[in-house]
Amino acid sequence: MRRSTRKKLVQAAGFLALRVAMGLVLAVLVLFLYDIGRKGGGAISWEFLSQAPRRGMTEGGIFPAIVGTFLVTVITALLAIPLGMCSAIYLNEYARQNRLTRLIRLSIRNLSGVPSIVYGLFGVILFVNALRLGTSILSAGLTLGLMTLPWTITASEEALKTIPDSYREGALALGATKWQAIRTNVLPYAVPGMLTGTVLGLARAAGETAPIMFTGAAFYLPYLPKSLSDQFMALPYHLYIMATQHHAIQQVRPLAYGTALVLIVLVLGLNMTAVVIRYRLRRKRR
Amino acid sequence: MNPENLQVKIKAENLDFYYGANRALKNVTIECFDKKVTAIIGPSGCGKSTFIRTLNRMNDVIPGTRLEGKILIDGADIHAPDVDVVDLRRRVGMVFQKPNPFPKSIFDNIAYGLRINGMKNKRKIEEVVERSLRGAALWEEVKDRLNDNAFSLSGGQQQRLCIARALAVEPEVILFDEPCSAIDPIATAKVEDLIEHLKTRYTVVIVTHNMQQAARVSDYTAFMMLGELVEFDRTEKIFTNPANKLTEDYITGRFG
Ligand SMILES: Nc1ncnc2c1ncn2[C@@H]1O[C@H](COP(=O)(O)OP(=O)(O)OP(=O)(O)O)[C@@H](O)[C@H]1O
Ligand SMILES: [Mg+2]
Repeated sequence: MRRSTRKKLVQAAGFLALRVAMGLVLAVLVLFLYDIGRKGGGAISWEFLSQAPRRGMTEGGIFPAIVGTFLVTVITALLAIPLGMCSAIYLNEYARQNRLTRLIRLSIRNLSGVPSIVYGLFGVILFVNALRLGTSILSAGLTLGLMTLPWTITASEEALKTIPDSYREGALALGATKWQAIRTNVLPYAVPGMLTGTVLGLARAAGETAPIMFTGAAFYLPYLPKSLSDQFMALPYHLYIMATQHHAIQQVRPLAYGTALVLIVLVLGLNMTAVVIRYRLRRKRR
Repeated sequence: MNPENLQVKIKAENLDFYYGANRALKNVTIECFDKKVTAIIGPSGCGKSTFIRTLNRMNDVIPGTRLEGKILIDGADIHAPDVDVVDLRRRVGMVFQKPNPFPKSIFDNIAYGLRINGMKNKRKIEEVVERSLRGAALWEEVKDRLNDNAFSLSGGQQQRLCIARALAVEPEVILFDEPCSAIDPIATAKVEDLIEHLKTRYTVVIVTHNMQQAARVSDYTAFMMLGELVEFDRTEKIFTNPANKLTEDYITGRFG
């Protein structure tokens, strides 16, 4: 009797601790969103979203930065999604599971922990200089793509691992080739999971400053990029400048908060997309 | 061992199989006859699954394995360089221990094997789907819900679906690896009836842990232990008058 009440008490205390921890995290998030929303909400207007900055970026909007972030994210996706998925398919379905593949996997995990500024410098060396792509949307997008790749590979491999072997064996036993089995009986069920992880990686990339700072993002451009070899403005870099480098920081504070709000909405939007994909997948599996 | 002068469909000769250094099959020599049911019995881990998976070369996909000896189907070595393993697996169908429907509709499950083998004609596919489901005694139960997800079927129905799926590609041999171990007695009875019926057209090899089942459905029975074939004979003989003391001990339940 005594012991069971004690056990219950311990359990109640444990639950309480977990709830408090969860509540704290949530409170910080809500506070953070509220603060940005309150301070940035006022700056948001159609003009802010659709016009270029004016008068030394003390007025006007962030349209070029939105376009730049969009374009660079597209390049990132074009590099990271196909390459990441293919690598994952190779690693999980074709490669022999031995020391070498374990080493490759370990390296990939480690790459996803490399600070983004290191990717930025690497991008300068490889894309900007060695491949002579210059500071451009292409260089920046490819740099972000490289940075995202370890995430997409890992997420895609995890997605492939959730597909039971019985789907593969069942198909092979009916006379499917290995690729047929993968294409028709593994990928259709793995792709949504792969996309979920990939989109989360893209959302992270879209918010990065360091990798694009030296590879293509510009301080200020009065015009929109005309080709992929042009420089561009990007939301995170614009925000960085407005918040720390501008000559009239106090004056442009509201614009900085507005930019932050747009960036957050964009990243949250991408994350929501991932959630929706995952939700759809779960429902379909049932 | 061929008293009735039956046609030999599958012949394994001095078969050895290794998982790395672990020798799972030891010098197994056996013949399975055309249009007969051969049951493989024996204690857990004795190599029953390993053996039947060599017959459609499903073990090829497990890394680090090695096979020695020969397997002939219709007299032709299935490991000969000109043999297309994909074609072999179409000819030698397999039903697994746990029903493994694909997360597709009932119809698409059956049509799967046809489509990957290049059949495009819709009418023909529909025809084969119906014929296969009838062949697996499932048609009446599912004919109004062919577009439902196969996961919505009961375990026993799922297993018959897997049998239908195997029938659809018109194999010559069907391998069953403990097909009833995950389904209830009524469903088991249905699957057994089905196997009885299948042998009129196919050569059947079935692994089972259930002695009564082996006795009921098979014509020939092989008893294996520790990777070796201990005894192979007509099922009647094995169950009434086994030649080997080990076989007798096993079927009378003295060890398991
Ligand atoms: N994929 C594998 N890798 C390594 N060893 C394996 C593998 N599959 C089976 N073995 C080994 O081969 C031996 C025979 O296994 P097998 O699965 O053929 O036995 P079984 O007679 O089918 O047993 P059960 O009745 O439990 O299904 C066992 O010692 C097992 O540990
Ligand atoms: Mg087994």
